Order: sequence, then C-alpha cells, then structure tokens
Amino acid sequence: MKHKILSYIHQESPIHRLTGAAKLIGFILWSLTAMITYDTRILVVMFILGIMIFLLSKVEFRYISFVFYIFLLFLFINNIAIFLFEPMQGVEMYHTKHEFLHIIGHYSLTAEQLFYQANLTLKYLTIIPLALLFMVTTHPSEFAASLNKIGVSYRISYAVALALRYIPDIQRDYQNISLAQQARGIDLSKKQKLTKKLRYASSILMPLIFSSLNQIETISAAMELRGFGSQKRRSWYHERLFTKADYLAIMLIVLLFVFSMIITFWDGNRFYNPFI
Amino acid sequence: MRKPVIEFTNFSFHYRAQSSPTLSGINLTIYEGEKILIIGPSGSGKSTLGHCLNGLVPFFYPGEISGSLKIFGKETKEESIFKLSSMVGTVLQDPDAQFIGLTAAEDIAFKLENQFVPQEELFESVNRVAELVDMTEHLDSTPQDLSGGQKQRVTLAGSMIDNVNILLFDEPLANLDPATGKTAIELIDSIHKQTGKTTIIIEHRLEDVLHGEIDRIVIIDEGCVLADLTPNELLSSNLLIDTGIREPLYLTALRYAGCTITPELKPKSLKTLNIEVSKTKLHAWYETVGNAEKKPKNEVLLELKNIHFGYSKTKEIIKDVSFQINKGELISLIGKNGAGKSTLAKLICGFYPPAAGEILYEGENLIEHSIKERGDHIGFVLQNPNQMISQNFIFDEVALGLKFRGVPDKDIEDQVFHALKICGLYELRNWPISALSFGQKKRVTIASVLVLGPKLILLDEPTAGQDYKHYNEIMEFLWNLNQQGITIIMITHDMHLMLEYTNRAIVISEGQKVKEDEPANILTDEYVIRLANLKETSLYQLAKKAEFLDQRDFVKRFIHFDRRTRQL
Repeated sequence: MKHKILSYIHQESPIHRLTGAAKLIGFILWSLTAMITYDTRILVVMFILGIMIFLLSKVEFRYISFVFYIFLLFLFINNIAIFLFEPMQGVEMYHTKHEFLHIIGHYSLTAEQLFYQANLTLKYLTIIPLALLFMVTTHPSEFAASLNKIGVSYRISYAVALALRYIPDIQRDYQNISLAQQARGIDLSKKQKLTKKLRYASSILMPLIFSSLNQIETISAAMELRGFGSQKRRSWYHERLFTKADYLAIMLIVLLFVFSMIITFWDGNRFYNPFI
Repeated sequence: MRKPVIEFTNFSFHYRAQSSPTLSGINLTIYEGEKILIIGPSGSGKSTLGHCLNGLVPFFYPGEISGSLKIFGKETKEESIFKLSSMVGTVLQDPDAQFIGLTAAEDIAFKLENQFVPQEELFESVNRVAELVDMTEHLDSTPQDLSGGQKQRVTLAGSMIDNVNILLFDEPLANLDPATGKTAIELIDSIHKQTGKTTIIIEHRLEDVLHGEIDRIVIIDEGCVLADLTPNELLSSNLLIDTGIREPLYLTALRYAGCTITPELKPKSLKTLNIEVSKTKLHAWYETVGNAEKKPKNEVLLELKNIHFGYSKTKEIIKDVSFQINKGELISLIGKNGAGKSTLAKLICGFYPPAAGEILYEGENLIEHSIKERGDHIGFVLQNPNQMISQNFIFDEVALGLKFRGVPDKDIEDQVFHALKICGLYELRNWPISALSFGQKKRVTIASVLVLGPKLILLDEPTAGQDYKHYNEIMEFLWNLNQQGITIIMITHDMHLMLEYTNRAIVISEGQKVKEDEPANILTDEYVIRLANLKETSLYQLAKKAEFLDQRDFVKRFIHFDRRTRQL
C-alpha cells in the first residue's frame, strides 16, 4: 500500500533512539530560539544544523517531500503577501533605506526589506523540516506519553495519539465511500465546476462523518470499559526512560538556546543589522 | 452449594430515548464458573442485558433501572463503570472499532495503564496474557497489520489482564469468517477451562457457539427471559423456530427426515448426537429426495480474462484471474480477508485499471469505460449502508445517481418509483432514512444502484452481522431481484448463504482463483475450505456419521429439498 502521509516510520538512527519527551523539549526550545532571534548568523548556523540532524535521522526525503513542497508554496505566498502589505517593514526595522528599484507608489524594492524577508524565510526553514522530522521519527503513543510527561493532561495527550491512530482508518473509509459514490455518477474530476464539486463532495463527507461518529461512540465505550479516566494519572506502556543521549541532546539544545540569546541580545535588540 | 455471581431480580431497564422498556422483569442467576450463552433475535434486548453487566448501562447509555442486579453481591447501579470493569471483562462486537492502542501490546496494556500500574508490571502482565491468547509473536504489530481474529484476541487479552472474574463476549462471531469464528470459540473454551472464569457469550449464531461447551442457554425475546435451558433441552424444543433463531443445520436435516429430537439423543453437537435411532429414517428420506436437475448454461454476461493487478509495481495482488458470470446467475465470491475479493470487485467496477487482462461485459471490453459509465451496467453496494447514504429522504437518496446524470425531473420520478417498487420501498418513499432498519437501509442502497439500470449488481458482504430474520429478509429480497433477471455477485463469508441461495461459488486465495464450483462441493472440500477460511458444513459431518456412501450427494440433496420446502 501507499505510504501514509506524515505517519511514524520505524527505523534505526540516533534520532529515532531519542525518547519522545527529549525530542519534544528539544523541538520546543529549537523553535523558540528560531522565533525569538532575527540574527542571521544564528539562523544560518541553525539551518545547517537542521540539515545535519535530518541527515543523521536517515529519514528519506521522499517521506516528507509532499508536505515540504506544500509548505514551500505557502512560504512563497506568504512572502508575496508580506511585501504587498508591508513593503517598508524592513526599512522601519533597520532604520536605513537602500533602494534598488522603485516600482509604483510607495512600493519599492529595498535591501532592508529583502534582508528582513530572507530572515523570515530562514526562520521557517529552520523550524518546519524539524517539525516534520519529529512527526516521522516519534511513535504516536510515545509522543502521547511525552506530552503527558511534560505536563499536558493525559486525556488530551491520549486524544492526540488516538487521532493519529485513526487517520489510516478514515483514509480507508473515505476511499470506499468515494469509490461507491463515483460509481453512482459523482464526478470529482477537474472538468466539474467548483460549486458542483462542493455539492458532490458533501455526498461523500456526510456518510464519512456519520460512520466516524459511530466509531467514536464504540471506541469511547471500549475505553470506559477499560477504565480510561478512572484515575488522576496513568502509566504508559510505550514510555521510554531517559538515557544519557537524551540528557546530552537536551543539554546541547539548552546551550544552543542560551548562546543564541546572548548573541541576539548582546547589542540590545533582536535584530542583526548589517546596514549600520 | 454453587455460588451465585450474577443475580437479576425483577430487573427492568428503560433507555432514556426509547418509548418502552428494553428489558422487563428479568430474573436470572448465573453461578461461578458457568458458561452461559444468551441468544435472541436483533432488538430482543440481549445486548442491553450485556451492557447491564459491564456497566455501559446505565453509566454510558443512561436510562431508568428498576429491580436489582447484583454482581458478587454488589448492587450494580450503586457502583461505577470502572468498578464493574474490574469484575467483568468485555469483548465488544467489532474488532476494528474497539482496538484502542497503536500496537497490540499497548492495547492489551490499556486497562492497567489506566490503573497507573508501573511500567515493569505492564510488560510482565502483557506477556502473560498474550501467551494465553497466543499473540506473543504479534505484540509489536499495528492494528492495520492484524486480522480481525487477531484483533479480537488482543481485545480479549486486554479485557482479562487485570484478572476479572467474569468474561463477557458481545456477538464475538459477527465480524469473523467461519474458520476464524471456530478458532475464537475454541479459544474461549480453552480459556474457560484453564481459568474457570464465569463466561457469558451473547450471540445468535447458535451452531457456531455450540462448537464449544455451553452449560446453559438463555433465550431473550422482547426484553424478557423466554427460556433458560441446557443446550440439549433447547434443541429438542420448538423455541428456536418460534423466536426466529437458526437451529444447527444437521438438526434441520434430521427434522426433514421426520426424526423426533429429544434431549436423550444429545443433539447439542454432532459429536455427542446419538445417530443410531435416526439412521434408517435419514437413509429413507435420502432415497425419496431427488437430485436437482442441472440448468443449461446461459449467455455470458461478464468475463474476466487473465486479470493481473497490484497497488504497487512490486507486489501483485491479483494474479491471472479468469472467470465467466452468466446472465441471471446468483454467485458468491469467497476467500479469506485480504485474498483479493474486494480488489477484484473494484477492478470490475473500474475503480482501478487492471495491469493486464481484459474485462468483457456482454462481449465488449470495458477498459475504455469510465467508472460512471460502468455504473450504468454494474452496480456496487458497500457492506455498510451508512457508508453510502448521504441524503435525508429515501426518494432523494435513490434519485441522486440520476440527478448526477442530468436526467429530467419527470423521468427521475418514474424511474425512482419503479426502483422503489422493485425494492418494496414504494410505500415508504417519503420517509426519512433515519427511521429505517438496517435491512431497509440496505434495500435503499440497492434501490439507489438499481435505478441506474444495471444488469449486474456486486454486493460486499450483504448479510454480515445480521440475525436469521434479517438475513432471510435481505436474501429473499435479493433472490426475488435475481428472479427478475438481475445478475448478482456477492462477496461473502456466510456459508448458509452459499448453500441456500447460490448455485456457484468462485474461491479466491492469495490473488488467484483456486476453485469454481457448486457450493456443496466447495464446502465439503478440505483443501478449499482451508484456503478460504471456511469450515466443513455440519451436513457433511452428519452424512459421515450416518454412514452415507456419497456424503457430498447427501449435502446436495438436502439443499435441493430445502429450497423446495422454502419454495425458492
């Protein structure tokens, strides 16, 4: 069968061997660093580190390629939108104006704006690949256990794992329903008008929703019958104990975080300014 | 003195949303270590009775309780669903829907996880119960990798991991094929013998359950306990026929032969049955019943020629399958789960193109036809009608396919009315679909496919999970449809269906056609039975036991006689 989009793939690598909790804490700190800093030097280093971590995980790029390309598309649209709405954001931030090209009205291409948007893009590029990596290298149950470990209520943690557990089932149901409706004459191909397509789509979605609701009822009955929610805490079969590697990984990330923050705020603000 | 563990005294239950009580005046005592079968038609209240034991009633499905139900001396309505679940382990009907964990091990551990048991103990307990249900090898498997029977074993292990004293099985056979069902009953039997836990099975497939030992059978009908008898007593009575539960086929054969069945004959299983007194009558009956005359072959409607197919290039799922379906046939397509039956159906409907080979419909190659165009010739009906129905009213649902095709409103009405009349739904045409029973919904989906005018209908498991009454209702309907000239292919596990209604079956195993023959020949052929996860029909075993020389012919004559009796 086809590979399921963004689901856990069992492999052997140092990244897979890290516990879910360590990866989650690491990822949160990593994202925080990338979000706070506008220091291009740090972002570039993180970007390269990110690629190295990805290579270390031995995850093949094709597993995440589809989502990654979609993300690139959004990033591109996002960049255009920023330029359309805030063409002078860079100038405001860096207090200088090096104009390359005047376009029209107050739209002009400045070095500051380009630099600002390049920084922004870099931020996304350091975070997103690792987010995808986290999803494909962490077993959902272990992920739930990790969420619980860092303080999220186990009910919410389990709901997340359960949602992941049901994605393949829902995909299968969707396919069956859609095929049967196509045999009755629904045409969802590109030839159809959008309005018609939307109306047709409801004849697939309604049965899907109702059959999913039925499943939810059964699963919640089954869960109550086995005592889910009876205690304040629960243990996790798939929880893994921290090893040296986990402590080491977290320490490295904490170091990265502290170091980045020191460099970023050394000169009093978050922006690295090459223009003055 | 036997110790009572479950005591219903004058117990009644009324679901909040229902107009009348589902259970009324139940008096029933179940003793420690007993193995009880609770049977009854759909809607009799037998499942509700089970829900009362595990606490789903009244804690999950609220309602009004009167009278008393004590488990181990404790009044259940004063307990909680969690307390009850530590006394009663439940295996629900659908092995897919109740699988909670992402791996087998996690699912088994779930109950203990929720009791905050330390992880080392989880590992120990999981290994212990996994061994009991023979799943040690599969602990790391995901639900997608497990078969229905394996999932059920996992659930069973998970519900007894904390040493419950009572095991409750709610229709454990409903979603399993005959061979897997047989193993499930054997497993329940062996666990009962090993652990001595009080075991309660709720089922309507009587013959299959009686493959194992049963101490008592309780019949529930219209919310009351109708009978509480030993298997031998029950099978000698007329209660089964009165409540619409199918008796074991070997007993039907004995009755046809004019034998009187008494508890002394030990009719509860073929192994214990005393055949000596009935032998002469059975042989005499066999001589009087003629053989069915062979119908001449009709024209070919659909032909598959050397079909190959795989979802990926490396793995072929269908390997060189060829067969012909004649006009007016009612035929079953059988095989294990994953053998490729559903894939074949999808190829016929054009959902996927075959990698090689031809599909001919009335001699014309279908390869150029789109899914929609094939829909005019070949209808496809899913197992679960809820997965096909998208409209609120019957008329709209049946009209949907015509609307998609842009048929004028005036014609739509005529054609829909015609289809509704064929399906016996004309009077109900303005009803909301939510008010219909499962069988009626099934008919709506068939009508909505029929309205497009196909000559061939493919049905996926048309009778799965249905009790005898609804099974009859659906099959009589399909039979009538077939008599009106519609060719029908059914993907099925139901051996009764094969024997009673179809004249031919095609057996698929690992993507290949392994046999194509009369059902009577298939259900008496050990090799094919094993390949397709079926089991030998008890008629064949009866014929052996009664020392018939041609046992297969005995089965054939029985079918012939049975159809004549039911006037098909």
